[in-house]
Amino acid sequence: MAFLKKTIEKLSAGLSRTRQMFIGSLKSLLSGRKLDEKLLDDLEEMLIQADMGVASAMKIRGDLQQAFTDKRIEAGDQAIDFLKEEIKRYWPESDRSVHFASAGPTVILVAGINGCGKTTSVAKLAWRFKTEGKKVCLAAADTFRAAAVQQLTIWAERIGVDIISGSGSDPGAVVFDACDAAVARKADILLVDTAGRLHTQDNLMRELTKIRDVVSRKIPGAPHEVLLVLDATTGQNAINQARVFSEAIDVTGIFLAKLDGTAKGGIVVAIRNEVDLPVKFIGIGETYEDVEPFDPEQFVEALFA
Amino acid sequence: MFESLTEKFSDVFRKMSGRGRITEQNVRDSMRDVRTALLEADVNFKVVTQFCEDVTQKAVGAEVIKSLHPGQLMVKIVQDELTALMGPVDSRIYYVSPPPTIILMAGLQGAGKTTTCGKLAKLLVKQGKHPVVVACDLQRPAAVEQLAIVAEQVGIPSFRVEGSGNPVSVARKSIAWAGKNERDVVIIDTAGRLHIDEEMMRQVQDISSSVNPHQIYLVVDAMTGQDAVNSAREFNERLELDGVILTKFDSDARGGAALSVKAVTGKPIKFIGVGEKLSDLEEFHPDRMAGRILGMGDIVSLVEKAQGEFDAEQAAAMQEKMAKGKFTLTDFLGQMKQMQKLGSMKQILKMIPGMGGQLDAMQMDGDEMRHMEAIILSMTPSEREDPGVIEASRRRRIAKGAGQESQDVSGLIKSFTQAAGMMKQMAGMGTRDRMKMAQNMGQMGMAGGFPGKVKQRSKRLTAKQRANRKKKKRRR
Repeated sequence: MAFLKKTIEKLSAGLSRTRQMFIGSLKSLLSGRKLDEKLLDDLEEMLIQADMGVASAMKIRGDLQQAFTDKRIEAGDQAIDFLKEEIKRYWPESDRSVHFASAGPTVILVAGINGCGKTTSVAKLAWRFKTEGKKVCLAAADTFRAAAVQQLTIWAERIGVDIISGSGSDPGAVVFDACDAAVARKADILLVDTAGRLHTQDNLMRELTKIRDVVSRKIPGAPHEVLLVLDATTGQNAINQARVFSEAIDVTGIFLAKLDGTAKGGIVVAIRNEVDLPVKFIGIGETYEDVEPFDPEQFVEALFA
Repeated sequence: MFESLTEKFSDVFRKMSGRGRITEQNVRDSMRDVRTALLEADVNFKVVTQFCEDVTQKAVGAEVIKSLHPGQLMVKIVQDELTALMGPVDSRIYYVSPPPTIILMAGLQGAGKTTTCGKLAKLLVKQGKHPVVVACDLQRPAAVEQLAIVAEQVGIPSFRVEGSGNPVSVARKSIAWAGKNERDVVIIDTAGRLHIDEEMMRQVQDISSSVNPHQIYLVVDAMTGQDAVNSAREFNERLELDGVILTKFDSDARGGAALSVKAVTGKPIKFIGVGEKLSDLEEFHPDRMAGRILGMGDIVSLVEKAQGEFDAEQAAAMQEKMAKGKFTLTDFLGQMKQMQKLGSMKQILKMIPGMGGQLDAMQMDGDEMRHMEAIILSMTPSEREDPGVIEASRRRRIAKGAGQESQDVSGLIKSFTQAAGMMKQMAGMGTRDRMKMAQNMGQMGMAGGFPGKVKQRSKRLTAKQRANRKKKKRRR
């Protein structure tokens, strides 16, 4: 469980500044105070500042108030523990695991908006699966952005995994070839990197659906996972992203990237409430080793510890 | 569920304007909704609190309470405050003599620095400058190649030092290179970095102090949440920014980051990125942005967009037709086709005042346009010129031809007639009356009427007309 420790360290290091601000004020905020309107207002502010959104913050606030009314908690000090437990429950064990194919390659489709960190996240996943002893293939289906294929190729070389890229500009064709190649080379995992697209661009979203359809036609049951990469600094717009991407390609989980900054990524709470998507991985740095499975315990501890 | 900020504001003020006289409590209540709307738009919590406090003070102090039109006055106050908070703006780039003018771009990972370098370069080329982009992002794999490709698309050189791992020296060398190669602007692309990454922040400071840029821009993703203030503050402290460029404004992000960043750095927002094309960089207009946020639409941007797409002569001819009431279904169809070039119906409607809130009610499916087109195409030329001749039997024939129901045909004709009539009326109206009229039209839910209306807008706000109108107002 060495990586667990590492994650906590990394998360804590990344969050240290905010946490000092957040927790320092939380502690002084809560100790010895009665749970009154003012305290609830202050807590709500903190949740909102963590990007959890007004609706989710209000919901949690309501739960906290209810717990107080029911005498499950009595003073402000207990509110933190209550909040921790409350937020942890958003991500049960069952929906955090990766769904692998029973036979043949497991296809993981990775999508997201421009600049959220897709290509880097694909590299991280590739490294992770490779260290688990799996044979990994990458499909460079971002044929749009300048030098995106080169970027992924460099990652593939560094990590030491296969990469399939086409010469044309049709991502569908790249994916088509990649599926064949993955089967022929007996790969365990095929990671498909797609071009960043804003969820408001209908034509590009349709293109994404098409890419997904190509995958499922080539390999029955695929894609086995569809990951939406979210930048942890994103605000409420992430909910729209999650919703629209889910409609287009049935997202199965979130890769929460850039969690090593001061942003708290609280938006995943709102996304759980609004779109019901679990978080599966987190990205916590710039090298390919900076990836961990999402652990609500750590996520919440890093927020409140 | 997820109303845009615009819709939210329209809602708040619709409720208010229906109330007649309002009390101080009403003002405070309505500000609560404004607060939620701003928070949902990702404006930083502290900025929101301050903003709401300022507005409440102003509103209570002003004659809002006594005013006969409290809603309108309130809108004005909120809009003015929003504009003030986001402005003043200064999109000019100050060139130095002797050249080159050095511009440094910085920001978090994935904000869109490299793309923005290309967009900025393109803008400068348009202004007659000869920029060079410098690849100082040696961190991200293939970032140098990306910049080179972008530069090629713009048609300018990119400066790179093969195999170099030291961005400071690359930056320094680029300045000398620019001098020798007669490049008058140097745009330096840097690696994306976390504002808490001490080493990387020091690196960008080193780059900055080694070349002494004349302008330093922070590139910020418009979708950034509450954390926007933290990163912007840190970058500003380290680099003394000259301005901010907001990217990804073509999404449905409500762009609260614009307010937050402006509030903590005090630095003007210079440009906004509004698309994937390299020409998609626009000047930032706080008044338009505030108007957009307030549900007053973003007419000016729409007009500019339309002017870019529409054939000016054709448009002038069309305007004349409208004014004379000689607008026919053929023109209507032609317009619809041009409209489609502007982008999706939804995007366009969002820019029209008062329409934000009606979007859902109108239930625009993508087929709507095609159906209307089919109906018009199923008419004879004379029917298109004068839809008045269409009686029951012709209607049935047209419906059959278009694969629609009879009532769809009459619906289209009805809204067309109404729209054409209104256009004629509007041709002689002042801005305020038009605005009201547009809102009424929106509330009527006349799906068939809008293409005409949008067209109408492209007529009414040429820069000259706007200037004239302002003058007139002042005289009054």
